[in-house]
Amino acid sequence: MKVLKSEEKKTSFILDANGAIVQNVENFYRFCAERKLMGVKCRSCGSVTSPPRPFCPKCLATVLEWTELKGQGELLTFTVIHFPPSQFQALAPYPVGIVKMYEGPHLPGIIKNVKSEDLKIGMRLQVDFESAIPKEWPRWPRYFFKSAV
Amino acid sequence: MTSPLASIVSAGVTKFGVREGLYTRELFAEAAKEAFAQCPNLDPKRDIQALFVGMMSESYEHQAHIAPLLLDWVGLLPNPAFRAEGACASSSIALRTALFAIASGMHEIVLVGGVEKMTHLSTTGVTEILAMASDFPFEQWHGISFPGIFAMMAVDHMHKYGTTQEQLAKVAVKNHEHGLLNPKAHLQKRITVQDVLSSQPVAWPLKLYDCCPRSDGASCIILTSPKLARKFTDTPVNIIGSGQAQDTLGLFERDDFSTMKVTRLAAEKAYKMANVQPKDIDVAELHDCFTIAEIIAYEDLGFCEKGEGGKLIDEGATYIGGRIPTNTSGGLKAKGHPVGATGVAQTCEIYSQLTNQAGKRQVPNAEIGLSENVGGSASTGVIHIYERGD
Repeated sequence: MKVLKSEEKKTSFILDANGAIVQNVENFYRFCAERKLMGVKCRSCGSVTSPPRPFCPKCLATVLEWTELKGQGELLTFTVIHFPPSQFQALAPYPVGIVKMYEGPHLPGIIKNVKSEDLKIGMRLQVDFESAIPKEWPRWPRYFFKSAV
Repeated sequence: MTSPLASIVSAGVTKFGVREGLYTRELFAEAAKEAFAQCPNLDPKRDIQALFVGMMSESYEHQAHIAPLLLDWVGLLPNPAFRAEGACASSSIALRTALFAIASGMHEIVLVGGVEKMTHLSTTGVTEILAMASDFPFEQWHGISFPGIFAMMAVDHMHKYGTTQEQLAKVAVKNHEHGLLNPKAHLQKRITVQDVLSSQPVAWPLKLYDCCPRSDGASCIILTSPKLARKFTDTPVNIIGSGQAQDTLGLFERDDFSTMKVTRLAAEKAYKMANVQPKDIDVAELHDCFTIAEIIAYEDLGFCEKGEGGKLIDEGATYIGGRIPTNTSGGLKAKGHPVGATGVAQTCEIYSQLTNQAGKRQVPNAEIGLSENVGGSASTGVIHIYERGD
């Protein structure tokens, strides 16, 4: 397994007994604080999974290594949320979608800088990151999508 | 056709809707009272050996550990009581659990039901609790509501098959029409396609009238081993097929958003077990939490080809009197969707139909029925198939 050590990073990560960054959701979001969209690559079948999991969902192998995604993808489906959960009320109406990343994984997220009427299945999108980190759990800086052009 | 898994000998369902001041314990007791009253040969205290009940969330009324509570409220202490949770499919999972108990011989007469109390909370409050059944770190955290999840299924279906917003609206119109024939339905109102299309947007392309209401309610059945059923009724309804399947919790992790794989896979198992085919189904209760879900269910259950769900509603085939009447109760859309109560409430409707007690909404000569209950973003799917046992 490729071991990403904590000393290489300014962010504090959850580490295993060997000092390697544990492949979990928490560390996925800690990488987002460094503006990196991360997945894990299976050493057996080569498939890339994001968000990271302890088992490769394709072949169930357990030896995976961190890999950084390019952050580019294509919109698979979308909607425009008019009636949001309370913490998103200031944003509504806002588009969200599911994006197939270049490396294969699907990720859902809010789409910014694209008008609702311009949303199209198949359009190219690019990931970006919010800088704000919430003060209480879950302290997960959000990634979001924007137009790739 | 096939040897039954278990037999339903009585059923009770509350009026669904805004039941102000009544909480899960009283609602469940109301449903049980009806089921007991309709089964005079049964002495509940002496005969019922266990309770299996579905409820989605303790957050609605700040009440967990409801299995002993509901058992107590219907006078059945100290029997074992089990609560199942599978989001909107909770009570269908309770029913499957009860089938296991009867099939194993562990119990012979059990009470099975479901309940949810929702309307004392604001729409926002309910939206947030329902959203808990989606993936927290990736869907809820990114502002994706439950209607948003089904809206993304609708957009994919519209893109792949040309399904229209008018076709979605027609599902709502039909189920409201059927709901008018069911005195226990929450929404008692005739609507038009134009009413649906001009209603307030919730998550494009879904509007308010594409969405089921939040409701209070409870449902229950008395389930026995097939050999005991005749002691309690001359008109039992047999459960002859049962299937369940699971998919990823997050919608985003799937390859195709225009299908509900769990419905397809659970139906395959249930059809095979019951030895029936889609064309044999006389009446079906489907999980129309949003109009698109009923269109997709037509396809995944084999009532029509993939992509032709919109055409099926255009043809009117799923109205009472049509080729395959669906949601004669009004469905989740008009009858209401007290989440945990829904699965067994579907069973109650099929029981009414197959015992010729459905009144104005009776499907003539219905012999075989089906219920399709989906949890979350179709992460859980449960299908049951029923036949007249008289």
